Amino acid sequence: MMRFATLIKNPADWMKGAGPHSDVVMTSRVRLARNLRGYPFPGFSQERQRIELLERARPVVEELPEMRDGYSEDYTELSKIRKQVLVERHLVSREHAARSSGCAVVVDRKQSISIMINEEDHFRIQGIRPGLNLASAFEVVDRVDTELESLLPYAFDPKLGYLTACPTNLGTGMRASVMLHLPALVLTEQINPVIKAIGKIGLAVRGLYGEGTEALGNLFQISNQHTLGEAEPEIIAQIEKVIEGVVRSEVTARAKLKEDHQTMLQDQIGRAFAILRYAHILTSKEALNLLSMLRLGADLDLVGNCDRSLIDMLLLEIQPAHLQLNAARELSPEERDSMRADLTRTRLQSIDGPGSFPPSQSNNGGPASPTNDE
Amino acid sequence: MKCDVCENEATVFLTQIINGQMTTVNLCETCSKAKGVTEETGFGLAEAFLSPSHRTESDTMEIVCDACGFTASQLKKIGRMGCPECYAAFRDGLDGLLRNMHKGTRHVGKRPSHISAVAPQMLPRQRSAPLKDAPPPPPVAPPAAPPPDVAKLRAELDLAVKEERYEDAARLKSEIESLQPKASK
Ligand SMILES: [Zn+2]
Ligand SMILES: [Zn+2]
Repeated sequence: MMRFATLIKNPADWMKGAGPHSDVVMTSRVRLARNLRGYPFPGFSQERQRIELLERARPVVEELPEMRDGYSEDYTELSKIRKQVLVERHLVSREHAARSSGCAVVVDRKQSISIMINEEDHFRIQGIRPGLNLASAFEVVDRVDTELESLLPYAFDPKLGYLTACPTNLGTGMRASVMLHLPALVLTEQINPVIKAIGKIGLAVRGLYGEGTEALGNLFQISNQHTLGEAEPEIIAQIEKVIEGVVRSEVTARAKLKEDHQTMLQDQIGRAFAILRYAHILTSKEALNLLSMLRLGADLDLVGNCDRSLIDMLLLEIQPAHLQLNAARELSPEERDSMRADLTRTRLQSIDGPGSFPPSQSNNGGPASPTNDE
Repeated sequence: MKCDVCENEATVFLTQIINGQMTTVNLCETCSKAKGVTEETGFGLAEAFLSPSHRTESDTMEIVCDACGFTASQLKKIGRMGCPECYAAFRDGLDGLLRNMHKGTRHVGKRPSHISAVAPQMLPRQRSAPLKDAPPPPPVAPPAAPPPDVAKLRAELDLAVKEERYEDAARLKSEIESLQPKASK
């Protein structure tokens, strides 16, 4: 199997790849909750029962065609920092990472499929794709699920569907979620009505980082709440339709910002770049918000020679566990802020920055090609 | 993310449903230790809530899942089931709960095609608990039933037709046919 270092050294498939609407949609994720008959759910089982299930299920999961030669680790073998890195990469949930004995995670080589064993349910099968591509993420987990189902006795009821620890997951056991970058909707103060409208049709919206209404880095996650009474393709089609609408609103808001408030926009992006490029202390909150502005600048061709995936990688790497893994030791918050700034300064050396965007250039180019007139 | 108690970075995260409300608790290492929630016992809260010794002896009238020993009041307290069989044991009132939570009360999505191939094997656990006054309710649709019961599928089909749920009916019909290829008229 793969080693942790090897897994983490390489950016995941979904970090490099561009998917549909990846200027606005960062990732699409689908996870299925599955349980075995004959075992209590992890939250109500004894440690020996969890270990027994793990010992039975883990070899089966590791041998699935998609997961072969991937990464597989028992949580008792994983340090807290490593677990947290997996959380920051969206490969395991925070809840799962908080557990230890009787828990394991299996990740495929491309980091696009992860299977958590003994999370809230016996299995959480997750697929992650770049851009707006829930259908493709579902296709992957659906295939893995069908393979697993032929090897292990699932708890399934004809009326209630897949039986899950929490009734909120009953039925399909499927949670489809999309991570969105919505800086223009936030800047133009249209985000709240959008969130309200989405909430009304039964989808959940939350800031990816930050508490309550605060969404650091203008990153939002939208997911389905209902899992019973609708088939998987219906649920996915509904979310994708809603997201298409949000994407249109964001793109319109961006165009309007560029059209009506170009000076303000360039000022914000220029300041973001300057701080990220030259600061020596960066808190996580500040870095997320500035990187969000820089990403917007890159998407609107206001920043020269700046690849979106460079920013997306930074968004991952500036997180606490990634910094500590990189430093190979635990870091105090102050040390982290300083290492975060070091990393950001280094990474941004390769891009030209907003200064290279000739202010005199008339807006005839449009957002077509990120050409760099020098 | 900040700790709910102090200002430190939270490293321990717990999500629970308490009285039907989803509650997430984020704690830093120090506070989690102070509260007795350490990494090693990520399940600690659930186990503290649910361990058999905490069950009150007087609750003999209470409905209990025969398979895992989970009680109705535990379900009420944490909003989760103890094991897959619990859905049969606590089926009374389940429809109402599900209606508030979901689009419907019947599953219409994916179905495992191998479900008949595997035998159930419920682990013996807490069967010793004396529950004289609470006879285990007959499961409405036992997830442990090995082969899908054709008679029951037929009954479901009848009901589906009566209720004009034709999509369900079509699905049930093909399910029945797939089970009895020779029984076609
Ligand atoms: Zn604290
Ligand atoms: Zn039970």
